[in-house]
Amino acid sequence: MTTIDLQQREIKPLRNTFDHVARLIGGDKPASRYQEATLGAQPTANFHYRPTWEPQYELFDASRSAIKLADWYVLRDPRQYYYATWTMARSRQQEAVETNYQFVDSRKLLGKLPDDVRAHACQVLMPLRHVAWAGNMNNCFIAAYGYGTALTAAATFHSMDHLGVAQYLTRLGLALDEPGVLEAGKNDWLSDPRWQVLRRHVEDMLVLKDPMEIFVAQNLALDGLLYPLIYGAFIDDHLATRGGTSIALLTGFMPEWHDESARWVDAVTKTAAAESPENKALITGWAKAWGNRAMAALTPVAEIALGSAGQAALAAVRADYNARCKKAGLEA
Amino acid sequence: MSNVFIAFQANEESRPIVDAILADNPQATAVHSPGLVKIDCPQRLVIKRESIEEQIGRSFDLQQLHINLVTLSGNIDEDDDQLTLSWTH
Repeated sequence: MTTIDLQQREIKPLRNTFDHVARLIGGDKPASRYQEATLGAQPTANFHYRPTWEPQYELFDASRSAIKLADWYVLRDPRQYYYATWTMARSRQQEAVETNYQFVDSRKLLGKLPDDVRAHACQVLMPLRHVAWAGNMNNCFIAAYGYGTALTAAATFHSMDHLGVAQYLTRLGLALDEPGVLEAGKNDWLSDPRWQVLRRHVEDMLVLKDPMEIFVAQNLALDGLLYPLIYGAFIDDHLATRGGTSIALLTGFMPEWHDESARWVDAVTKTAAAESPENKALITGWAKAWGNRAMAALTPVAEIALGSAGQAALAAVRADYNARCKKAGLEA
Repeated sequence: MSNVFIAFQANEESRPIVDAILADNPQATAVHSPGLVKIDCPQRLVIKRESIEEQIGRSFDLQQLHINLVTLSGNIDEDDDQLTLSWTH
């Protein structure tokens, strides 16, 4: 009689990760999927042609930014997003939003909104679709012209997130009112004098050329002031106490996403600023200048949203922004 | 002194959990065998949500660790923020 002896045999891999990843994580050790998807992926050599529209640069060129880093892979994303983790996280959030929409629909909560709250929400939120779209464009620019996959991959995700925010705002508008409400928001964005400062600010950012300056102007300064003002002070504190809790439910993604992505924005800012006094001075200057411009642009918006309480709310948001910049190692 | 232990499937999802446990429990040792990571620790081992969140850079529901949990020994004390294995009653 024969017996079959089943034995466990361990097969050791000859190497734990790719050489180009091993070089960046300090030797051959098991690397995370994020590291393998990100590190060493930036094309660095053998570019045949220079861009015809900007022959002073290579196709991928770190000198497009005034920020200088010895190794652009230091700008890691603390959330460790690569395609799979990012899509899974957003898919979970999308399901939560769907659940909220079903809850609001099944109980006909939007029909019970006071008319003034409905109109006020549309008046403030609909023009912001265009701001979110600009955020999408600006992060596309960072992804296209920035350097280092660690930064550009995360910027791609961030640009799609901005598009998602614009879509959520559109969906909210269509749920609250007739489709004409989107058109009305666009008209305000194009011609209401109270929105023109913000529009000018946004359009000035759209023509910036330095990917890191855009990063600071859009992701740190404008979003850092706009999101707490609109989704904190306006929706959670103002509308929700006046019968607009269903609007807070339907926009729940935005503040959650802003808090999550702020960790990435802060990490990039902090790491880039810590590399050299020159970087720190540049980023500090941008954070201040674009922060001041965003404040000026949001002043009339805060007034539309919160009336006479707008200025105090904006000042509180600015104080938080200054604290955040300081924590990221920028000068006061 | 008797050990407590916990074992996970060796995959990408359990890596940050294992790293967090090893960081929080200086006496813990990880034994890698094919497809499995077993962590032994004298008397007491604690898994903290906060430490896992630090590893992955985003929020983590401690219940998620059950997806890759294979086996464990020790008395369990569990809430939203931590899971502790020990031989104390």
